[in-house]
Amino acid sequence: MFSDVLSLLPAGIINGLMFGAIYALVALGLTLIYGVLHIINFAHGAMLMLAMYMAYFLFKILNIDPYVAILIVTPISFVFGYTIYRWGIGKLSGGRDQNILLITLGLSIILENSALVFFTGDQQTISLPYSYEAFDLGFLYLSYPKVISFVASLVICLLLWMLMTLTDLGKAIRAVAKQREGARLVGIDVEHVFAITFGIGVACLGAAGCMLLPIFYVDPYTGNIFVIVAFTIVVLGGMGSIVGALLGGFIIGITESVGGLILGESLGQVGISLIFILILIFKPTGIFGSKV
Amino acid sequence: MTFSLKTILLILLGLLIAILAPFGISSKFQLDVLTLIFFTAYIGQSWNILGGYAGQFSFGGVMFFGTGAYTSSILLTSFGVPPIIGIFAAIFMGAFLGLIVGYLSFRSGLRGSYFALITLAFAELLRVLANSVEFTGGGVGLFLTYAPGLHNLQFNSPTGFYYFSLILLVISLAIAMWLERSRFGAQIVAIRENEDAAEALGIDTLKCKIYAIMIMGGMGGAAGTFYAQKYLYIDPPIAYSIALSVEMLLVTIVGGMGTVFGPLIGSFFLHIVNEFARHFIDTPGVSLIVYGFILILIISFLPNGLVGLFDRVRKKKDDNDA
Amino acid sequence: MTKSQKLFASSRRQFIGRASATFALASAGLSIPHIAKAAGAVKIGLIHPATGWAAYPAAQLRYGAQMAIADINAAGGIKSMGGAPVEAMLGDSQAKPEIGAAEVEKMNEAGVNAIQGCYQSAVGLAASATAAKYNIPFSVDVGVSDKLVQRDLPNVFRMADGYGRIASDASINLAEINKAAGSPAKTVAIVHEESEFGTGTAKLVTQALAEHGLTVIETIKHANPTRNFDNIALRLKAAKPDIIMPINYPGEYVLLAKTLRQQRVDFMASYSVLGGGFNFKFVEEMPQIAENMIDVNHWYNPSSASGQAMRKRTEADGKYFTFEVYCAYMSILFLVDGFERAGSTDKEAVNAALASSTLSVDFMPYGQTKMVNGQNMGSRAVAIQAQKGDVQIIAPSSYATATAIFPRS
Repeated sequence: MFSDVLSLLPAGIINGLMFGAIYALVALGLTLIYGVLHIINFAHGAMLMLAMYMAYFLFKILNIDPYVAILIVTPISFVFGYTIYRWGIGKLSGGRDQNILLITLGLSIILENSALVFFTGDQQTISLPYSYEAFDLGFLYLSYPKVISFVASLVICLLLWMLMTLTDLGKAIRAVAKQREGARLVGIDVEHVFAITFGIGVACLGAAGCMLLPIFYVDPYTGNIFVIVAFTIVVLGGMGSIVGALLGGFIIGITESVGGLILGESLGQVGISLIFILILIFKPTGIFGSKV
Repeated sequence: MTFSLKTILLILLGLLIAILAPFGISSKFQLDVLTLIFFTAYIGQSWNILGGYAGQFSFGGVMFFGTGAYTSSILLTSFGVPPIIGIFAAIFMGAFLGLIVGYLSFRSGLRGSYFALITLAFAELLRVLANSVEFTGGGVGLFLTYAPGLHNLQFNSPTGFYYFSLILLVISLAIAMWLERSRFGAQIVAIRENEDAAEALGIDTLKCKIYAIMIMGGMGGAAGTFYAQKYLYIDPPIAYSIALSVEMLLVTIVGGMGTVFGPLIGSFFLHIVNEFARHFIDTPGVSLIVYGFILILIISFLPNGLVGLFDRVRKKKDDNDA
Repeated sequence: MTKSQKLFASSRRQFIGRASATFALASAGLSIPHIAKAAGAVKIGLIHPATGWAAYPAAQLRYGAQMAIADINAAGGIKSMGGAPVEAMLGDSQAKPEIGAAEVEKMNEAGVNAIQGCYQSAVGLAASATAAKYNIPFSVDVGVSDKLVQRDLPNVFRMADGYGRIASDASINLAEINKAAGSPAKTVAIVHEESEFGTGTAKLVTQALAEHGLTVIETIKHANPTRNFDNIALRLKAAKPDIIMPINYPGEYVLLAKTLRQQRVDFMASYSVLGGGFNFKFVEEMPQIAENMIDVNHWYNPSSASGQAMRKRTEADGKYFTFEVYCAYMSILFLVDGFERAGSTDKEAVNAALASSTLSVDFMPYGQTKMVNGQNMGSRAVAIQAQKGDVQIIAPSSYATATAIFPRS
């Protein structure tokens, strides 16, 4: 039996890598929001779900391929995120942690149940013309949607990294993350930067949603399925680190995959929680996080 | 809380009303609702000890509930131990789990959202394990037989469970009151206000925080036994549900963190809002949308929770008197 | 205020608040019942998970039940009670046993005469046990755990199969299909979800299959939810079973089917038991995947005029004709027949009438109703197959509308 598992290991690792890139994209938004604004966003899953529904309707009604829909969904998500933060969370919470928690919690309840009322609870899947085409690696078939999602995730991570390191906006964001008051003194409009960061985080979710739809399904509650994993990756990779989110995504993806092979798909999930706990105990700032 | 004569009389009045309620309320359903309200207030109070008073927010509070439920249920189904004894084992296991999680987390210096997240991770870990292990019944869960009797902590009428939950509630209120008057309570509040300063003042912050989470754990454990004996079925999604972790912090924050009656007020308020919304709105989901908006409104205008309302009233009175 | 008073925000006024709240609850009444719209109406409570992950099946169950109630009222109500109309009382269990039980208490105080529910067996168990305290007739419309009917409760009934009977029906049907094709299949691999539904069914099916000469060579348990089936597909590919047997919920069911296709896993047939995702919608939306997949499940009798009419009506209302619709309809018919024969809403009389029911349900492939310990022995799960974009019954032969395509083409 063990030899069976061994023979599947190379395929398992590659599977983990491919799915890990998608995890990374979901985590990307979270690491920015958590790393810069230091808030835990309970509505992260609900916003991912909305992005997936957006992609779904664009496909069903206008016949737009989800990968093309990224160009539509991402900017809309950005605007949505910016607005929610600037005139919602930012204004109402008074900056207190527990209030932000509750506001994002209320938001997630509203979003999930709005989806239930308007879209019904029925699960929706889509099939693309090339959903079942695949690259034949011999020991594994890599379906086109998976490969496209993988590449797109890498591209988006790269773009985001460039934004954060090379542009003025990126510098402002990093400044605000490191030293809120100092940044304000230098003349940076901190609330505006926060809102932009939140918007970028939600935009990442928009992209992730488009890429998830062809390889998963959507109903009002699917967003939450990916959120715990996203949190693990954010902590693993280091709050605010884009490279960390990508690497963390790969590590978690492989752990889940190999864990499932060795321990069975039910118990295999334990790997994710264990990594989460161990990282928090031994290096809470994560792989690429700076020392506290 | 200061215990003036007026306060004591009010407390006794409230207690009397609660004890006599089943005689005045003929509706079993309403008794059931009150039982659930008390239960949620109780488990919210356990979160309050660590989160409200000691300032350490946790997202994994359900792990004590689930572990307690499994402890007494396994003792019952596999070893025939009656739940009236099993509940103490549940309390012990809850506190013990608190010790382990507290030691591992606090010893590593985890604070704030890091601590909250590690509690979430522990709860998830336990859920996955419970799903895979034989003696918890795995994914199938544990079925308990219906056998009313005090030794089984099972009652054939809602009144019995009402008093059970009332006793738990009163104990939780007493714990909070004791906390507010005790040195230990002052210490954990000091930790909440400024942990480094507290440490500098000579408070053993590690020990205090661990004691606080052990109290939370013990309380959670008893809650688990209550649930198991009332609904006679647990499985990993019920025993380790994130929804319960969220509910216990929700009622406390909405009611007022770090106060004796915060969780109770929050629990009453949220249950009533939920029931009323559902009663008037038939379309599934719409009442929850309303609920979500109310949540946001409450916390925007009353950042200290509903307790803040009473404070404002009294402040006005004080201002007027001055 | 002293510093200590500030830190421990005084909450004296909260006593008053607490006491008033208790009084308010007690007197104002939280359980204002849905007022009966017609005097002497027979009230049937419907308890389903209207919010939460199972909201869609709940909506379908409500739809089917309300359709039945409308039809009964249009035909003149309950004749033996002077044409008394039937009225639905809606309850949301929120997929939680404690809420399901509370809903029963609420409905009982509003004078409910019978209750139908609950989709999740855990909720059904709690709710029916609570109903038992008041001897309220309780009909399980959908809920597969056999524990529902093993508690010796005189008020609990189930018209459709539980997983025990379904497991046995599934094996008999598979053996029949296999034999008709010359018995090419010898091995089966089961992929099931981890809770009682999947685990319980898998166990019973494994035993039943053995009695028909089919060996289960691999049993793969997966989490709820599962994000990714690639590895499971690879394991199945390596095990090379003749038949793959999924036992899971809709989301995972479809995902698994897609992944098996993507990984080019070869097998004679996908033969699911209680396959959550096998329905008209799946067959319409994913024809290349669904083609020739087989499921053993609750299904209606497409050869019956009433079944065809019900399907037309449901689709005209913009809904898919899923098993929840007709199982709920059937359950209402069963309950109403009980009231009809008892001639009153007296609980003892109704429960006795239900226990002795001989109702024949035209649109289901069932024999005459015969209740033993609350389980209908006339129930039957059939094997259905997706063929050219439509769904046909392929076994048992007495209800088949087409020959099985086995092995799949």
